[in-house]
Amino acid sequence: MTINGWIQIALFVAIIIAITTPVGAVLAAIAEGRHTVLTPVLGPVERGLYRLGGIDPAREQSWIGYAVSMLAFKLAGFILLYAVLRLHGWLPFNPAGQPAVPPDLSFNTAVSFLTNTNWQSYGGETTMSYFSQMAGLTVQNFLSAAAGIAIAMAFVRGFARRSAGTIGNFWADLVRITLYVLLPFSLVIALVFVWQGVPQTLGPSIDATTLEGAGQTIALGPVASQEAIKLLGTNGGGFFNANSAHPFENPTALTNLIQLVAIFTLGAGLTAMFGRMVGDRRQGWAVFTAMGLLFLAGVAIAYWSEAQGNPLLTALGVDPSQGNMEGKEVRFGAALSALFATVTTDASCGAVNAMHESFLPLGGAVPLVNMMLGEIIYGGVGSGLYGFLLFAIVAVFVAGLMVGRTPEYLGKKIEAKEVKMTMLAILCLPLAMLGFTAVAVVLPGPVAAISASGPHGFTEALYAYVSGAANNGSAFAGLSANTLWWNTSLGFDMLIGRFFVIIPALAIAGSLAAKKTVPPSSGTFPTDGPLFVLLVAGVILIVGGLTFFPALALGPIVEHLAMVAGTTW
Amino acid sequence: MLREIRPAVTILLALTVLTGVAYPLLVTGIAQAVFPHQANGSLIERDGRVIGSALLGQNFSTPRYFHGRPSATTDTDPNDATKTIPAPYNAANSSGSNLAPTARALVDRVQMDVTALRREAPGAPVPADLVTTSASGLDPDISPAAALLQVGRVAAARGLPQARVRALVQRSVAQRTLGVLGEPRVNVLALNLALDALQ
Repeated sequence: MTINGWIQIALFVAIIIAITTPVGAVLAAIAEGRHTVLTPVLGPVERGLYRLGGIDPAREQSWIGYAVSMLAFKLAGFILLYAVLRLHGWLPFNPAGQPAVPPDLSFNTAVSFLTNTNWQSYGGETTMSYFSQMAGLTVQNFLSAAAGIAIAMAFVRGFARRSAGTIGNFWADLVRITLYVLLPFSLVIALVFVWQGVPQTLGPSIDATTLEGAGQTIALGPVASQEAIKLLGTNGGGFFNANSAHPFENPTALTNLIQLVAIFTLGAGLTAMFGRMVGDRRQGWAVFTAMGLLFLAGVAIAYWSEAQGNPLLTALGVDPSQGNMEGKEVRFGAALSALFATVTTDASCGAVNAMHESFLPLGGAVPLVNMMLGEIIYGGVGSGLYGFLLFAIVAVFVAGLMVGRTPEYLGKKIEAKEVKMTMLAILCLPLAMLGFTAVAVVLPGPVAAISASGPHGFTEALYAYVSGAANNGSAFAGLSANTLWWNTSLGFDMLIGRFFVIIPALAIAGSLAAKKTVPPSSGTFPTDGPLFVLLVAGVILIVGGLTFFPALALGPIVEHLAMVAGTTW
Repeated sequence: MLREIRPAVTILLALTVLTGVAYPLLVTGIAQAVFPHQANGSLIERDGRVIGSALLGQNFSTPRYFHGRPSATTDTDPNDATKTIPAPYNAANSSGSNLAPTARALVDRVQMDVTALRREAPGAPVPADLVTTSASGLDPDISPAAALLQVGRVAAARGLPQARVRALVQRSVAQRTLGVLGEPRVNVLALNLALDALQ
């Protein structure tokens, strides 16, 4: 590890702390239906969309109504995206003449982008037409992110309201988030990316003749516009196969910093929005701090691991001072690769600027563990906040058990219904992650798709299902996932991971909104102090540790020990 | 549920037009007007022909040029479309090796590369980036150490004094952005173009 590496990490942290409050203010204004700076410009568009959809934005919905609208929108989105992928051979903007995407891959990809996962069983430049990238995938980059934030807003309204029957209007939330946050932010980021070298063209690929006289076909496309929302919306699906490691997606150290910040912007801002909406900003900072501690632990381990160099290669005479460089880019080096891997899996982004599969065993375990914890460290846009608050409910419940009092959080009594729904959401994730892995590693067909041998092969399969259910989308990319089994099983894995958390979360929101708010008393456990921060971080680590330690022992831990002993496979 | 069909369909289609057509076309329009060089791939032309992109590495194998990092990109086997063959720096199919740190294939490959480099520059420490594949397979850069290691070979192949080539390498080192961001690096294509211009 170098001083400069840590300075870069500190710089990133400082930027995130600085933008959290202003971004939170924007998000709170949107959640509370107030005017934003852009309302004079985009207000007519907003009202036009409501008229088109026959929507009265002032008519609020119960949690069930909100959930039904969300599911109807997801279903329509799935059908449209599936159709675009199947039909892009006949649609415009296809200069490379890409043929139709096969049914299983289309199913996987449609589910993947709909659930904000962006798992990619395909390589973008060899599979997708420009039309599919723009009107199919970019659209869901926006809409899955907007839906995630909408649900977080609805969830926070559950805490913020008293004796209320409704938690907001899904359509209004969706439209306002897309118009006032995602589109303007993306436009600015995309143009900065182009300035730094990210292509944005509808022209075909270029045939170059290299200095040595060989041919090189250079794939291009409308990259920057997709790249911006890929990060801001914690989607993560790359235009190119190599994702943010590709010099056209992430050409410079500056774009890399912007990408990192973009991934955390809305997740961090949502903690501040939460504090504002519940009327106590310290509650938001408590959430921010607990997330921050888990982030720092992850990045320290990942950076320590990757800065060391692979001992098996050092033994051959390779200089370890650069760190483990297999699957990394020179312009980023070990520090920025480890930071990116941590950030992209703390959030449910899944963009990568280095190949996680080639990380050293413990370095690769950090992204894996981050996803196993449910991606609640700033998290996916929206999903990170409501996922974290589910753990906060468990934490106050545990604290309540210790002192023998009915637990309260933000003045809301946490009772049997909330705890049951919370546990349903928390337990569905590991069930999908571990269940699918267990099946896949004993069936010969699925095993044939695994590229690595020994414990790393197990980790490769585990990583895929963990990434799917956590809606991350990064991969140990040696896996040849474009098969009927993997496409289908990962599709269901992603659906379980998305909707079996969202529906219970909305149910909790509805239940909390209906409750009265109890004024704090001397016996109330304060949820804005260091004790709460440590308790909730501890609960997250203990629940994750108890659930996943056996799987981690079989994968990265045993591989690490074997590597130290000089074993190869 | 039926009541939800109208907003679901209309909002989806309207937002598709907005985010999937209007937004990327607006970005394309501005990008092509303001940053046409970058928007079209930062292409480099020499004598009217495109020789590559300033941002992408390309394959160098002759002793006269500085070599980039090993690349794990592949291409479809022309004899059998279901198979792939190694095709370093294939800019139409970016990819890393995705080899495990404990993969025998990785250790064997690095062993071969280390042996070759040792013949070329005996005694020098082997920079890690010069024997490992990049994440994209298109890494345009190598570390300054990796460039300096190749000075002897390139100078001999071109009949140039080593000091001159070494000075060129040192001039070509890009430092960290703002003194902090990223790592020091040498763009191999730019270095080789400058090398050709020397003579």
